[in-house]
Amino acid sequence: MSELVLSTKNLSKRFPVGRSGSFVNAVNGVDLSIKRGEVLGMVGESGSGKSTIGRTILRLTDPSDGEITFDGQDITTLPTKLIRPMRKDMQMVFQDPWSALNPRMKIGDLIAEPLRIHFNMSRSECNDRTEVLAERVRLSADFLNRTPSALSGGQLQRVCIARAIATNPKLIVLDEPTSSLDLSVRAGILELLQELRAETQAAFLFISHDLGTIKLISDRIAVLYLGRVVEEVPKDKLFSDPSHPYTQSLLSAHLPSDPNETLQRLTLQGEIPSPINLPTGCSFHTRCPVAINSCQSNVPEADEISPGHLVSCLRLKDGQNIIRRDLK
Amino acid sequence: MNLLSVQDLQTHFIFRDIDHQLREAKALNKVNLTLNSGQVLGIVGETGAGKSLTAQSICGLLRPPAKIVGGSVTFQGRELLTLSEDEINTIRGAEIAMVVQNPRSSLDPLTQIGAQLVRLHQTHTGGPLAGSRKKALDMMQAVGIPDPEGRFTAWPHELSGGMAQRVLIAMALINEPKLLIADEPTTGLDVTVQAQILDLLNELVARFDMGCMIITHDLGIVAHYCDQVAVMFAGEIVEQGPTREVFLTPAHPYTQQLLAATPERLQLGVKSQLGGQPPDLFNLPTGCLSQDRCTLATEKCGAPPPLIEISKGHLARCHFVKPAEKGRSKSNE
Repeated sequence: MSELVLSTKNLSKRFPVGRSGSFVNAVNGVDLSIKRGEVLGMVGESGSGKSTIGRTILRLTDPSDGEITFDGQDITTLPTKLIRPMRKDMQMVFQDPWSALNPRMKIGDLIAEPLRIHFNMSRSECNDRTEVLAERVRLSADFLNRTPSALSGGQLQRVCIARAIATNPKLIVLDEPTSSLDLSVRAGILELLQELRAETQAAFLFISHDLGTIKLISDRIAVLYLGRVVEEVPKDKLFSDPSHPYTQSLLSAHLPSDPNETLQRLTLQGEIPSPINLPTGCSFHTRCPVAINSCQSNVPEADEISPGHLVSCLRLKDGQNIIRRDLK
Repeated sequence: MNLLSVQDLQTHFIFRDIDHQLREAKALNKVNLTLNSGQVLGIVGETGAGKSLTAQSICGLLRPPAKIVGGSVTFQGRELLTLSEDEINTIRGAEIAMVVQNPRSSLDPLTQIGAQLVRLHQTHTGGPLAGSRKKALDMMQAVGIPDPEGRFTAWPHELSGGMAQRVLIAMALINEPKLLIADEPTTGLDVTVQAQILDLLNELVARFDMGCMIITHDLGIVAHYCDQVAVMFAGEIVEQGPTREVFLTPAHPYTQQLLAATPERLQLGVKSQLGGQPPDLFNLPTGCLSQDRCTLATEKCGAPPPLIEISKGHLARCHFVKPAEKGRSKSNE
């Protein structure tokens, strides 16, 4: 049951900036792995490369460097022709369901589209399966003859999820699937995803900037900063034992809805540096309260501090990686 | 006297549809609010609940087909709804300032940010240009823009989202308003920047003794930055009161649902009664507006629910809420 569905090694992606010869370094050497039935949460601020990683591992954009292994096969340089049939095993759900669905197609056809593309199904088979799928995402069958304009955001996101699970994929990348939805609608979608994950045994890569949502649904969480994984941590340790200074400040900026929870004020100064001119050494050293001189020149390696808990910080060795509250 | 007092505010969208039928969407239904100096009031609710419309109605920013059809808005004892456009123009931007959601599209892209600040100060306060320039630099300093002199001649496109939001806050504060309305001031900003902006707002509210209204759908922001909270549903405030009290002992079933849907409290796998559509604003149900989504709803919800004071300053609009022991005089449900 614990077979690897996806692993990446030193995955990098650069985008050229016009003809200037400079590059946006969106992803810089990311090692990730997801097992069958596992949910890997990926959290980071805008510009940290979350979405680019999601798109690159599905080969929606080509990596600049590194390796992607999907289901035991190296797909890094596989030509598009061979990737396409594999896409039935790797699906994606996007952030904005309004723009992810063709407004002129009927909901039933939208859900049936992946079935028609990947399976040689007869029309009646297709219709039966569409109805099953709609029921599975708890979408009323009345909607199947309507167009997306008749549905609310939450209902549209259910359509997108139905499309994603239609081909029984091994991996589903969910790129901020609940960010554009209201709180109560979001809760319903998260409940649905939790159910499907147990049912389908697919591996989920769940991308979000919301720590609460990430904690709720993931087994493991990768924290990204400027295209690098700074910490990879089992879910129960994220809030209790954040070890990278960036994770600590990210957590301290998180606002729980319980007024009794006291905030740890570790507000970072400044903003995320430009990915065009990456800081040398540890990319976080420009904002890090515990940075020392060697952080400017050495890129930290990931250390496994407890099983499944990897931290990339130079200050780990002398135990100074914890930002003390009195520093701020 | 309250700084701001909104009584029974009703805003409708009135227009003729494609068949020339007169249609009326009842977007705000009797909104009641009060705000005092030095206080931060959070307004929460789902999309379409009327949060932003409330702010726009208060500031007189409505344009047809939106129309205020009833109620009153008093600011420092002065009725705002009957003022002429010229009169409201002297108040808006000076005594009532607004910070809107999308900072970049709210700045004039063809004017350097220093000039935008100076222009705003000249329009409302006047005086010598050098004075306005000094004031603009002071404000940039106050909102934490590094190197104000250097940034004075920066163009809006050169600013990051967080910096642009700081510029907007500086613009809102340059005329030392009494009331600041922040409509989703941190949506679209990263959490670490969000914390900086909210800390700044809180500090400035205390420093200038302003009243501040924060419109948000993030309950975490309200829990930690607002003294008072008003929960909106379908253009109505269903519950309001001191934040701690409302969050720890929510009285209205909708508030309870909303709080239960936050990631911290959500329990996956436990069957919840979440979701459902907000009511059709063209065709509102008689009685309680949230009856279709409410698990407690019975026949008596067909009658308009009373506004019940649960404890001092904590009010909820529901048939099932029990008034406080002491203040039983108001309603004996």
